[in-house]
Amino acid sequence: MIQTDILIIGAGPCGLFTVFEAGLLKLRCHLIDALPQAGGQCSEIYPKKPIYDIPAYPSILAGDLVDKLMEQAAPFQPGFTLGERAETIEKDAEDQFILTTNRGTKHRAPIIAIAGGLGCFEPRKPPVPGLAAFEDRGVEYIIKDPEFYREKRVVISGGGDSALDWAIFLAEGVASHVTLIHRRQEFRGHLDSVQKAMDLAQAGKIQLLTDSEVTEAHGDGALKTLVVKHKTEGERTLETDHWVPLFGLSPKLGPISDWNLNVTKNAVEVDTFDYSTNIPGIYAIGDINTYPGKLKLILCGFHEATLMVQSAFKRIYPDKNLVLKYTTVNGVNGF
Amino acid sequence: MDHIIEVNVIDRDGQLHKLEAPTDMGMNMMELCKSAELPVEGTCGGMAMCASCHMYVDSSHDVPEKSDDEEDMLDEAFFVEDNSRLGCQIYLADALDGLTVRLAPVGQ
Repeated sequence: MIQTDILIIGAGPCGLFTVFEAGLLKLRCHLIDALPQAGGQCSEIYPKKPIYDIPAYPSILAGDLVDKLMEQAAPFQPGFTLGERAETIEKDAEDQFILTTNRGTKHRAPIIAIAGGLGCFEPRKPPVPGLAAFEDRGVEYIIKDPEFYREKRVVISGGGDSALDWAIFLAEGVASHVTLIHRRQEFRGHLDSVQKAMDLAQAGKIQLLTDSEVTEAHGDGALKTLVVKHKTEGERTLETDHWVPLFGLSPKLGPISDWNLNVTKNAVEVDTFDYSTNIPGIYAIGDINTYPGKLKLILCGFHEATLMVQSAFKRIYPDKNLVLKYTTVNGVNGF
Repeated sequence: MDHIIEVNVIDRDGQLHKLEAPTDMGMNMMELCKSAELPVEGTCGGMAMCASCHMYVDSSHDVPEKSDDEEDMLDEAFFVEDNSRLGCQIYLADALDGLTVRLAPVGQ
């Protein structure tokens, strides 16, 4: 069991800055994120994009902002549970929250701060009728262990790096047959990956179907055939053991929608006094919350985090007086 | 010309919305739809880095061509047609007066 003062769900910019502000009040933090790295959408979607509205930085790359926030949080030694999704919460006898991830990791804290941004990133699923019935019965959205596909017939859909890289990897002595299906002729992956895939297609090791997409999936219990539609040449049926659609990730609010929080339009309602939710001890900050006048800006999330930790402190130590200390006077004293 | 055009947005229920749109605010179709509270997510904020503002251009307006980034993102969208665009990449301009777009279906 991981014990901390503030359990932060979401290791994006807002969650990371919470560590700093909480640290100034001598509160410890632990962050949980479904992604395998810190930084949230800044790292996952646009690390190389400049952000122009961070005060005092006329321009900073999203990835650099995350690096600097990590550096700023470092003195306060935050803990991380990465690559796991916050799944369930319950209260124990001492009024502390027990939060369990999808992998069963348990965390305990008197305060939960939801800084979940857009939600958890999950694989984008193609709109093929009845697809859900074949999930884990031949349809996988993530390749966890390539050995799973040894001597199997595999169809991969997608035009990006992950589709290309896995098609290449599986075609080189793992799968018995690899088909790569893409909506258009051009691939957007790295040039050398594209070239390699083309070479393998030439050599007959990858069956390349461009200008095509999968429109139907069939089988009895397990996946057996896919119907592939070409832009102009009509349909064909492919027999396969596996289909791996790789269309990137999109955010979903996920399990927190089942936590009895007041939610409007995929955002958690908060009181702007301290960004508390309807559940005492649970706060929501950053892009995931909503209130009259809400703006989804990183700088607004920083403000929300700062006010939130003051309230969290008073909740944890109702008898202690809190005096706002200025870092310019006192410096930053880590743990 | 007071930099206001009218565009038509057909929502996913087939209902037509006539929207007045300023052309001097650097606004794009994703933002316009959001400001009219139409169901367009605009997850990435308009950087052509998600595909949640996927729409079809149904009128014959001369909309600026797709960038490689936009084309790449459409690879991650579904229900893509020849007239598919990301709304965030269609900037409102006087020449787009009378533009008609249709919101693409959303996947799961």
